[in-house]
Amino acid sequence: MTIMICRCEDLTEEDILEAISEGYTEIEKIKRHLRLGMGPCQGKTCILLVERILARELGKGSEDMDEPTARPPSRQVPFGLLVGDGDD
Amino acid sequence: MTDSAGVVIIGGGVNGTGIAYHLAKKGYTDVIVLEKSYICSGASGRNGGGIRQQWSTKENIKLAIESTRMFEELQKELDTDLEFKQGGYLVLAFTEEEVEQFKKNVSIQNEMGLDSKFINPEEAKELVPELNISKVKGATFNETDGTIYPFKVVHGYAKAIKEMGIDVREHTEVLDIEKNGDEITAVKTNKGTIKTDTVVNAAGGWSKKVAEMLQVDLPNKPYRHEIMVTEPYAPFLDPMVISFHHGIYFSQSEHGNIVGGIGNPNETEGIEQRASLWFLKTMAKTLVEFVPRFKGMNMLRQWAGLYDTTPDAQPVLGPVPEVKRFYQVNGFSGHGFMVSPVVDKVTAELILGETPSMDISDLSITRFEDMDIEKEYSVVG
Repeated sequence: MTIMICRCEDLTEEDILEAISEGYTEIEKIKRHLRLGMGPCQGKTCILLVERILARELGKGSEDMDEPTARPPSRQVPFGLLVGDGDD
Repeated sequence: MTDSAGVVIIGGGVNGTGIAYHLAKKGYTDVIVLEKSYICSGASGRNGGGIRQQWSTKENIKLAIESTRMFEELQKELDTDLEFKQGGYLVLAFTEEEVEQFKKNVSIQNEMGLDSKFINPEEAKELVPELNISKVKGATFNETDGTIYPFKVVHGYAKAIKEMGIDVREHTEVLDIEKNGDEITAVKTNKGTIKTDTVVNAAGGWSKKVAEMLQVDLPNKPYRHEIMVTEPYAPFLDPMVISFHHGIYFSQSEHGNIVGGIGNPNETEGIEQRASLWFLKTMAKTLVEFVPRFKGMNMLRQWAGLYDTTPDAQPVLGPVPEVKRFYQVNGFSGHGFMVSPVVDKVTAELILGETPSMDISDLSITRFEDMDIEKEYSVVG
């Protein structure tokens, strides 16, 4: 059974486990290695799932997991809106 | 815990891991790389991945030409797709002064063997059909410039050096460096002391603080520089587009995202990596001016990193007069990633006492004692 973790970047649980086994044992490093959380959803779906996988694999509680720095804006914004042009 | 190493490298960015990589390739692995956060957490993982050879000073041109060649090789050596896209750099001129300076730059670049050229606005539009050229006075273009995906390079180095037996210690912060006379004796960290006589200062925006631990005064000043990325789009932008006049750069990655930044002229010195609303608005406005199509495109994420700037916008490299075996690899002023391959190779050669394959002595800290340093003008942001 394939468990999808990140739809934006097409990542499965297997991909995450492989990254952890290669030494990417922090959410910030997995993010940069696999582009996890860098897609259109900005990590709203995948980050919590990966935190749970990491906690399980490292034998820690999910409350011990660091969260990646939140990057604004929290969802995609058309440039036209930012320049005050609502036409698009 | 007290342990020892032949060489301690401070900074787990592209230069720290890159120097370790060149040392290991020469068979020297008695090296510890210290990183206070995680690998690639600083400017090496926060930049736009630009690889540019179009500079105004001979030093920067020389470093960039050789480094670009080495990036091509590195892709094969690390057996990883580094997403190195050579779509060229299109440098736009918006004033007559820029036109004059750019013509001078091209002539120096050509003299150094680079195939860059000065082109008119219509030729620039041929390269980027959606570019608004109404205020463009001219441009320079070099087709072997491009972009690379920084994480793949640094993670590639980190993986390779660990496999070759180098000790990489993350979340290990340097608290002090001890010396006896002018000789280094140990590096104190939050996780114990490491005996060593050789230290490499590749700490990016934190380099000045590291040097202060040995009473070495670097002229470097850290400044925040902000950057953003859009959703991925089908390819429409081949070259990296930059303007020194606006302080802007933007390119489309192999992945399809547009990555770009713009400098804030009112930015103040300091270690600050938070994102600002000023950047969000100014970047949007300027991007739409350059390419009107951006209006309908979606910005996804913004972040910031540190430029470790020097008075002449050129790096500080090599040993220092006050302390033996204390090597500087910092002060890159926003263009460190792109020149890192040759810098790292030469630094490894200096550490091992070999004859350097390129003379970088002009970039020693001692140049700031002379009043007539040659400033690099082609700095973006």
